[in-house]
Amino acid sequence: MAEMTYRDALNAALKEEMRRDPSIVLWGEDVALYEGSFKVTRGLLAEFGDERVKDTPISENTIIGAAVGAAMGGLRPVAELMTVNFALLAMDQLINHMAKIRSMFGGQVNLPMVVRMPGGGGSQLGAQHSQSLESYFMHCPGIYVVAPATPADAKGLLKASIRNDNPVVFLEHELLYNSKGEVPSDGEHLVPLGKAAVPRQGTDVTIIAYSRMSVLSLQAAQMLEKDGISCEVVDLRSLAPLDTETFLESARKTSRAVVVSECWKTCGVGSEIASLVFENCFDILSAPVKRISGLDVPMPYSRKIEKLCIPQVEDIVAAVRDLMRQEY
Amino acid sequence: MESRLRAILPDHDLLKLHRQMVLCREFEESCAEQYTKGNITGFLHLYSGQEAVAAGATHALHRDDYVVSAYREHAQAIVRGADPKRVMAELFGKATGICKGKGGSMHLFDPELGFMGGYAIVGGQFPIAVGLAFASKYRKEDRITACFFGDGATNQGNFHEGLNWARLWELPVLFICENNFYGIGTDVQRSSALPSIHKRTCGYDIPSARVDGMDVMAVFEAVKWGAEWVRQHFRPYLVEAITYRFRGHSMADPGKYRPAAEVELWKARDPIPSFERRLIDEGIMTREDLDAVAAKARETVVEAVKFAEESPWPEDEEVYHDIFI
Repeated sequence: MAEMTYRDALNAALKEEMRRDPSIVLWGEDVALYEGSFKVTRGLLAEFGDERVKDTPISENTIIGAAVGAAMGGLRPVAELMTVNFALLAMDQLINHMAKIRSMFGGQVNLPMVVRMPGGGGSQLGAQHSQSLESYFMHCPGIYVVAPATPADAKGLLKASIRNDNPVVFLEHELLYNSKGEVPSDGEHLVPLGKAAVPRQGTDVTIIAYSRMSVLSLQAAQMLEKDGISCEVVDLRSLAPLDTETFLESARKTSRAVVVSECWKTCGVGSEIASLVFENCFDILSAPVKRISGLDVPMPYSRKIEKLCIPQVEDIVAAVRDLMRQEY
Repeated sequence: MESRLRAILPDHDLLKLHRQMVLCREFEESCAEQYTKGNITGFLHLYSGQEAVAAGATHALHRDDYVVSAYREHAQAIVRGADPKRVMAELFGKATGICKGKGGSMHLFDPELGFMGGYAIVGGQFPIAVGLAFASKYRKEDRITACFFGDGATNQGNFHEGLNWARLWELPVLFICENNFYGIGTDVQRSSALPSIHKRTCGYDIPSARVDGMDVMAVFEAVKWGAEWVRQHFRPYLVEAITYRFRGHSMADPGKYRPAAEVELWKARDPIPSFERRLIDEGIMTREDLDAVAAKARETVVEAVKFAEESPWPEDEEVYHDIFI
């Protein structure tokens, strides 16, 4: 174990996997010479050379499509989109091609590829650079969607994603890059895809979250403990496949559930999770499931009002307190 | 003076090209019939008229090369070696189809043949061709990627991204444009600022050639030259084949936007009879030989239809299979 940042954990995962498997190649905008906009790919060009670590033109659809082709041709590409917002320029290759190819060709080809995308809001980057688009990918069959909250999971999930033979959309949160945590140094530290974690056990209410919202949920749970409210936190880690069993089991145990997601509320991840809890646990729920989400607005720049658009720890605390007052 | 066929290819190859073109025409016309009978449903884009491009170009490629194409790709799969029975079964949506009935007319695929897919989003195959070519280069394989597309695809950003990328990374991609003048109902003159598609590559420092796509030998020679250039220089090249589809864009299109005189003019340049005249003139085939080839093609297609008809539908549980490994 070593303490490291989320950024360095991702970097370690890439280095370890590229050392292990020469079929792994990595490309994206400014990932090589510039070492990545968020410096996740620092040192990779120096260690692996420009045949394996490649800067690309600003052509997002081809960044993804070329990875699809390379995966069909026997490689394990890891493509980086500079931010998730630019994925919208690549939705044709992501959704019409990457997600469909195995199925529409009758299972005759695998696409072992990972698409890394930093995202999320809170850095005053304005409406076009602050989006959380995870539900777009989660909605589409044929893609694994992963969103780590901790440095240890960032490393273990990225390594597992690279080794997986299916296409994986790997969502990194820009505000987590500097967060620190204990990370196993083990080269075989793999976190299984499609398995949620329960980083905090509790009895009164289940808080279901992922990525940065898991971190905030744990902080909220700590504050609520002082009120005598015992929160269980489920960190989804993967959005597809979704580990429904873990959060349903938790909701059945506590009889109350709050879902926290940074994406827009309408048709968001929280909507799907809340529906699943209602469909499966309605008879034992002590209160309706609550969704805490990003506001349904384009993100404003000014920090005073940007904050209103992203769930805060206080919002989670307030929602849980409110939920605990309800009894049906 | 027209070069004599035997100076270009041995008899065996000439006969094969002829056989392939006749089979593809027969296959496509049979598809039209099966569509009207309701055995083939969904979108159906037929290749009749363009056979010289698929046959001539494919013959110029190596066995190990990759081929990617668009949605008018039955002929390209068949000349590459796909079994007409399994292609027809795919169009019927049967479990024995080349993609288990999950792809349909627009999504044929056979990795054993290096046939890496028909793609139905216009221009979607460009980035994939780039990636396949990168993989072969990285793995030091002696293999180029032939990327077929229509004139309409050249106005997609993907075309320009793909050309730029293939040249920049020095990738062995042979771009083959089948310019049949129409993107559905829109004439290339009304969609492209520079309708001479081969000239569009100059912005990417990629050499190119234009060839008569109704002449199978001309296509073969141009693509052969281009393919060898790609192999030698490890850089992309583009061939624009001027051709014409005798039918509408798809079976749903009566093709009213094309003047009848224009269609007649191009039908008079049908690549099959014109090649047959040369084969006879040069004493390579007789009338009887031609009849025998036609009869054999009909027989193959009748068998393919029979196979498709008699094949089972996919099992219900198949709906959840093949999405992930």
